[in-house]
Amino acid sequence: MDKKPPQDSQNVTEAGAPTETGTSRREFLGQSGRMAAGVGVAALLGNLGNYALSYAAGGPPIKIGVLHSLSGTMAISEVSLRDVVLMAVEEINKAGGVMGRQIEAKVVDPASNWDLFAEKAKQLLLEDKVSVVFGCWTSVSRKSVLPVFEKNNGLLFYPVQYEGEECSRNVFYTGAAVNQQAAPAVEYLMSPEGGNYKKFYLLGTDYVYPRTTNKILRAMLLAKKVPAANIEEEYTPFHHQDYQTICGKIKKFAAGGGAAVVSTINGDSNVPFYKEFGNQGLRAEDAPIMAFSVAEDELRGMDTSALVGHLAAWNYYQSVDTPQNKKFVANFKAYCKRNNLPDGENRVTDDPIEAAYFGVYVWKQAVEKAGSPEVDKVRKAVYGQKFLAPGGQIMMDEANQHTHKPVLIGEILKNGQFKTIWRSKGLVKPEPWSEYTNPDKGCDWINHQGTYQKK
Amino acid sequence: MPEPVASQQNSRETVTFYLLGFIFLIVLPLLNVMPSEDSWLHVSDFRLNQFGKFLAFAVLALGLDLIWGYCGVLSLGQGVFFGFGAYCMGMYLSLQIGKESVYGSELPDFMVWTQVKELPLFWYPFKSFIGGFFGAMLVPMLFAAIFGFLAFRSRIKGVYFAIITQALAFAAWLVFNRNETRLGGTNGLTDFKQLLGFRLSDPSTQRGLYILTVLALASSYMLCRWIVASRAGKVLIAIRDSESRVTFSGYTPWMYKLFVFVVAAGLAGLSGMLYVPQVGIITPAQIGVLPSLEVVIWVAVGGRGTLIGAILGAVAVNYGRSVLTNYFPEAWPFILGGLFVVVVTMFPDGLVGMIRKLSERKKTHTPLIKAEGSTAA
Amino acid sequence: MISLARTPKKLLALVPFVFLSLGMGLQPALAVDEPEQTDSATRPSGDPIEQALIDLKGEDAAARNKAAEVLIEKGDASLIPRLDEIREMGGRAVRQAVKPVVDVLKNRANLASDSPDSRRSAASDLASTGRKEAIPYLKQAAEKEQVWWVRYTMEESRHFLELNSGDPAVQLEAVKKLGELRSLNSVTALKELVEAAQQADATDQQKILAAAAEAAIDRIESWSSWASAIETLFRGISLSSILLIMSLGLAIVFGLMGVINMAHGELMMIGAYATFITQQAFIAWLSPDVFDWYFPVALPVAFLSAALFGWVLEATVIRFLYGRLLETLLATWGVSLILMQAARVYFGDLTAVIAPGALRGGAQVMVGVYLPYNRIFIIVLSIICVMGIYFLLFRSNLGIRVRSVTQNRNMSACLGIPTRKVDSYTFAFASGLAGIAGWALTMVGNVDPGLGQNYIVDAFMVVVTGGVGKLAGTIWASLGIGGLNKLIEPVSGAVYGKVFVLVGVILFLQWRPQGLFAAKGRSADA
Repeated sequence: MDKKPPQDSQNVTEAGAPTETGTSRREFLGQSGRMAAGVGVAALLGNLGNYALSYAAGGPPIKIGVLHSLSGTMAISEVSLRDVVLMAVEEINKAGGVMGRQIEAKVVDPASNWDLFAEKAKQLLLEDKVSVVFGCWTSVSRKSVLPVFEKNNGLLFYPVQYEGEECSRNVFYTGAAVNQQAAPAVEYLMSPEGGNYKKFYLLGTDYVYPRTTNKILRAMLLAKKVPAANIEEEYTPFHHQDYQTICGKIKKFAAGGGAAVVSTINGDSNVPFYKEFGNQGLRAEDAPIMAFSVAEDELRGMDTSALVGHLAAWNYYQSVDTPQNKKFVANFKAYCKRNNLPDGENRVTDDPIEAAYFGVYVWKQAVEKAGSPEVDKVRKAVYGQKFLAPGGQIMMDEANQHTHKPVLIGEILKNGQFKTIWRSKGLVKPEPWSEYTNPDKGCDWINHQGTYQKK
Repeated sequence: MPEPVASQQNSRETVTFYLLGFIFLIVLPLLNVMPSEDSWLHVSDFRLNQFGKFLAFAVLALGLDLIWGYCGVLSLGQGVFFGFGAYCMGMYLSLQIGKESVYGSELPDFMVWTQVKELPLFWYPFKSFIGGFFGAMLVPMLFAAIFGFLAFRSRIKGVYFAIITQALAFAAWLVFNRNETRLGGTNGLTDFKQLLGFRLSDPSTQRGLYILTVLALASSYMLCRWIVASRAGKVLIAIRDSESRVTFSGYTPWMYKLFVFVVAAGLAGLSGMLYVPQVGIITPAQIGVLPSLEVVIWVAVGGRGTLIGAILGAVAVNYGRSVLTNYFPEAWPFILGGLFVVVVTMFPDGLVGMIRKLSERKKTHTPLIKAEGSTAA
Repeated sequence: MISLARTPKKLLALVPFVFLSLGMGLQPALAVDEPEQTDSATRPSGDPIEQALIDLKGEDAAARNKAAEVLIEKGDASLIPRLDEIREMGGRAVRQAVKPVVDVLKNRANLASDSPDSRRSAASDLASTGRKEAIPYLKQAAEKEQVWWVRYTMEESRHFLELNSGDPAVQLEAVKKLGELRSLNSVTALKELVEAAQQADATDQQKILAAAAEAAIDRIESWSSWASAIETLFRGISLSSILLIMSLGLAIVFGLMGVINMAHGELMMIGAYATFITQQAFIAWLSPDVFDWYFPVALPVAFLSAALFGWVLEATVIRFLYGRLLETLLATWGVSLILMQAARVYFGDLTAVIAPGALRGGAQVMVGVYLPYNRIFIIVLSIICVMGIYFLLFRSNLGIRVRSVTQNRNMSACLGIPTRKVDSYTFAFASGLAGIAGWALTMVGNVDPGLGQNYIVDAFMVVVTGGVGKLAGTIWASLGIGGLNKLIEPVSGAVYGKVFVLVGVILFLQWRPQGLFAAKGRSADA
């Protein structure tokens, strides 16, 4: 350190002429140099680190990316998906890997920030050069990374039910399209078995999934001769807490019977909603709530007494009684315990967790079929791929990037599990473009270039 | 108080500024283009693009530093002005997508799924780049002028002003999230394809945008320097230190405050405008309470009351976040929160102050920011 | 087979059948011998109920319906387990035939239940089955009923079913009764009557009925608009009380020290988590009988843990920042980030707080007005808190010191009041209030790391609108903001309601920049 006479440095405000209060020009050159160099070095450091890593890794392992929020508001749902993907990777690696090559998972955290999703996706594709990415939960995060995957020809496995109206070459949708979850659920409610409901209150959080789903449901209901006056639509912002007024409205709407609530409420708004619903004297018998975003993992954190008897529609429940599911559930609990993840053995599986899990296996089978992890080859190999998932056999569509799955309606039980009360016959074919809102559109990457006009 | 103290600091800042300019404007792009991809010196397109984003944020931080560091007015709603700028540019870019969209419609995608059949009237100006460009600058400034006029004229200040601007950020977040506003709801605007005919997916376009950002940052810095050094700048600092004395001296403080508030909003708009084409998405998540507060931490960490500090803080915090979330994703909020507490309680002058302290260990140091009790009480 | 133990002995003859049909479901190969066996096992009994139970499972739709009629008329609750079993085994058509039978039988039995809630549920469920057979049951039950609200529902259900009785005199009487009862549930049915009379081929009978129905609808609707006005008012008060209970602590600290504590929401979160931990402790160590007591026990736990944390926060962070007000705002925000993430990492999402029995459900205060107990509880709690604070500030030693320091810190210090200690205690006390708010909020919402963030902006608005250091300001401001919010919400929806209120506050501060009740003083910068 230079030893210079003391000097006064009180204010940066005065832009007077240079004075000779102490330091030489050399000193402040040196100083500024240090400051600037610090920034420069910092900029290069990350670069160097990545460079070194890529060389240390080099060779056999196949790199995959995991893009789920580990912090922020969506972490509560998405962390489980990261866990199950890593579990699948561990299983595959133990069994000898893919084509004899191990899988190396690169986990990043987009922190529930939609803009950061795009940045992290870029990082995975451009910096880490991963062969495939498993990730995203909300529709907005998927929409945010979509251009990145399309630009750089990446491959994304998206495991959550969604609103459809999308047909990207670079995404495989292992969750349900609207006709595999919402539409059959409402058809069930209208059937004599489901209770012959005639009035529908479509209530959702205000974002693309509820909006589009309800658009399709409304078109469907109108097509089935439900008068428009019997359909009510309402949206609340994210994290909405005060459902007093809305439950009051529902009570009026449901007066006289024959009304059901179709809920696409997301995340932490569910608890206040169900609580208020019960406390205002409404019961599942008066107006059942059919939910599309409440699964076992969310129920874990809720006081289920307010929810018992209400319904949900999914493609899988932890309670599904198949041998491979028993094994899957046990493995997942054991995995969480072994790795000291929060709640360990008390963890549960649910639909998105199952979809994320079999996504990894479908990709593995496709890589083996294609003989290479290259995106274009793998994509072609995924079409028509079958896999015995925990919930039963599933099949990837021959052309439209989606998954054939069964539909299950479940009733919420006191212990936070579901009892299946209705089950579709066989697998339901996914329709990215709904027959009710876009009857003229189809999605096909074999005979067409993605979305096409029928006839 | 001896007058000419600041000059040496000033020239130091100038030198730092030129050096930073040299690194960001010449060295980084050169390292991006020149070395082969395998060389450790190579700066990838991804990194360059990332720095472009950080530097866009630095423009936003400059604006906040101007009102907070120099005028003592803490605005917790800068994210809103940033959002206005970003959305204006985003609307222009959305309209440039045209038939390439998912639905193949002339309208932006989200309008198709929210069943909007015609382009809403307020979208029309953004059909041209001129509309987008001036919109991004003028809309936030106009809004700031109205809001600031109401707030400053009735002498809302200190904590009151901070809370009101926070409420503003909250309200704006709520409104932008709505689909009826025809701005894309929670999903915001995304999937941009081209800007003035340049493909955004092209690395050279991104490089161009990066250089443009550096130049915009440099000019914003010059502008702020000029404002601070001017006579009005001195009044601003006087307002920060004791508003009532300024009033008694015959000035009308609220007009000065309004002026910097509007300038800061313009800078925020500029920052948003630069941000959108580089990141490729703008959502209400960038507008709310939290992003607005994050701007404050950039400035606090860098050192408020020094313009260079704002730039340094924005780049350092964002870079730190990008690196650290890769390794300790769950620790980031701890680090951010801890940084806030530590910087505020122990290093009120931030990085710049610390560097200065280190180099002047033996000299008696007076904080850049004097006790603020008088301004904020 | 516990269920069979309660059924009459002769039914045990059916056991083989039950097992057989079980086998049938799993192994279709066995289905060939099945019909003979069933026949031989049950036919000898010759009981119409037994016959109906068999027909119900048959292929013939007409026989199924007839069987259902028979069962509804003659059956009782003891058949339910067997019907449930049939439902489990049967196909879609069988399930549909069984459902109304089970509904009627089960609800009929429940009309005599001990719990008023299930009696009432049964009555309204019987109305929704639409079976005329239920009318006499409801009539009988209503005569014996003591609780007015249950009796009301029974009568309402009965008259509702009578609307479809086919006898014009009964129908007319039912319409009038429903009007008198102000039954909102029957509006749809009444409107159908009115529409039926507008058809070209409507009979005079129908027209008379329609006229009566219209009168009834008018009556019901004018009543229901009053009822919803009362409910809206209640919701406004309820939201106001939540805001009030949150802002009380914030306002005291702001008034005394000028500190806006951004971590106030997270102190509430601590209170909520303390409640959760108390609950878990009860589950782990104490018998389920005393489970409901966890909630009162959690009150001091929540208060003390939040107060302790507040005390530490004051001692480690805030005391360095006196005189630098904006910085306290920033530093406490940093603390709040850390606390939120700590809760997220430590508790994850496994945090359901189960409401004690007494706070579930609500009270029917009049027809159409139903007030949830948890909301009433919070309103009462906020009143108690306000009274407690008034007592503390105006009747206690600490209160005198707090008030004097609030008014003039330097002068108080000169008079020997230890201002630092007063600050520290007051901050801890205000934090404890936040803990109580968190404790109460577990009854309406989530316990999650974002708990504090959900309301905190509103709470700040209350404090700023109310003005510095005046509790009356805080009370009025929370009433105003909460009430306005709920008043606007039904018209504009939740989001714009909030936005209007925020804009309203900004405009209000134009008129009164220092809030409703500004402290009067000579300081130019105050």
